[in-house]
Amino acid sequence: AESPFKADIERAQKELSEKMTPGAIVYIPGSSVINKTGSWRVFKPEFNRDKCVRCYLCYIYCPEPAIYLDEEGYPVFDYDYCKGCGICANECPTKAIEMVREVK
Amino acid sequence: AVRKPPITTREYWAPGHAACAGCGCATALRLATKALSEAMEEKYGDPNAFAIAHATGCMEVVSAVFPYTAWKAPWIHVAFENAAAVASGIEAAWKKLGRKGKILAIGGDGGTADIGLQALSGMLERWHNVLYLMYDNEAYMNTGIQRSSSTPYGAWTTTSPPGKYSVGEDKPKKWVALIAAAHQIPYVATASIGNPLDFVRKIKKAGKIDGPAFVQVLCTCPTGWRSPLEKGVEIARLAIETGIWPLFEIENGDIWNIKIQPPGGGAKVYKEGNRVVRIEFKKPIEEYLKLQGRFKHLFKRPEAIEELRNQVKAMWKVLGVEAILPRPEE
Repeated sequence: AESPFKADIERAQKELSEKMTPGAIVYIPGSSVINKTGSWRVFKPEFNRDKCVRCYLCYIYCPEPAIYLDEEGYPVFDYDYCKGCGICANECPTKAIEMVREVK
Repeated sequence: AVRKPPITTREYWAPGHAACAGCGCATALRLATKALSEAMEEKYGDPNAFAIAHATGCMEVVSAVFPYTAWKAPWIHVAFENAAAVASGIEAAWKKLGRKGKILAIGGDGGTADIGLQALSGMLERWHNVLYLMYDNEAYMNTGIQRSSSTPYGAWTTTSPPGKYSVGEDKPKKWVALIAAAHQIPYVATASIGNPLDFVRKIKKAGKIDGPAFVQVLCTCPTGWRSPLEKGVEIARLAIETGIWPLFEIENGDIWNIKIQPPGGGAKVYKEGNRVVRIEFKKPIEEYLKLQGRFKHLFKRPEAIEELRNQVKAMWKVLGVEAILPRPEE
């Protein structure tokens, strides 16, 4: 599955400039995708597909959003943006998501 | 077979914004824009028929750091006090242009309960077709956790520090939803990210109404509430289950026919006809308080927790409900 923000990332990489615009208008919607906030992470969600019952709770709660859905409805974790808050792991009813310490 | 997700997979809130990890308000705004786009699709056939006027506040600051924006919808940043006024203007312009859609005004509890209250009142009274979403994280988190009039009794903030002569915030929480209901507008509701499907349903309902609507949603703030990152949604859910946060809907200011959603968590709800008259909560408010560092000092002052319990009971009484709140040992 592809990130729903793929087009936004490509556009922002190509067109975004730091130049001041009249009225400070921002012309590229969703251009914050250029900031890879995954570097903030201390704990990383690890997903066990076998335990997942596709309740979509992690997908609903993710504040980033760093979780999107694949064609079968399973969550895909976008580690470029996941800040590692752990809400998904805390709310997962089947404990299919586990937070492990990030090793870099 | 694959079940459909309970909400659209369209996103209007992009990642890469600067909100703290575990921000409950980010979840709320993401869900709200998704729900509003579903409402617009069902009402006008165009999921993008909305625009946003956003008061200064946490979510404005983190989502729109020049030259970036996290928004994928028409969005305007306005000052702290006039989100409702600017939304009124956009709505009037859309009406003149014959453009169909809803305007979403977003403000935090500071921008709504304190600074933007008169603009909000004016907007509601002029009957603009605007949905005002108040994301309530119960203090000015953006500027460094100062108290607002929406801060609950007993909470620590940097301007209500607890100590020998202070319990922290010493006044009851102001309920802006009830002030909005006093305008007799078509729709007023409270919600919480602890019950996301209820929140989505309320935003969809509010979005489809012609005329003003007001939704107040409780969002957890791990930074300002001094709570663990991963417990955000759990705390918001406990707020409902312990009775701290009521979920209700008031239509046309008719407080006598207020609709109260069952709190869950084993609470018993007693009705007379369609009216909820009594709720027996099973979880004590201590379960909600103990997860948050901002209430830590209260556990050395049992009389302050008792006072908070009385205030929660008084708030339920305003809604016409007798609330039975247990103590931990019971």
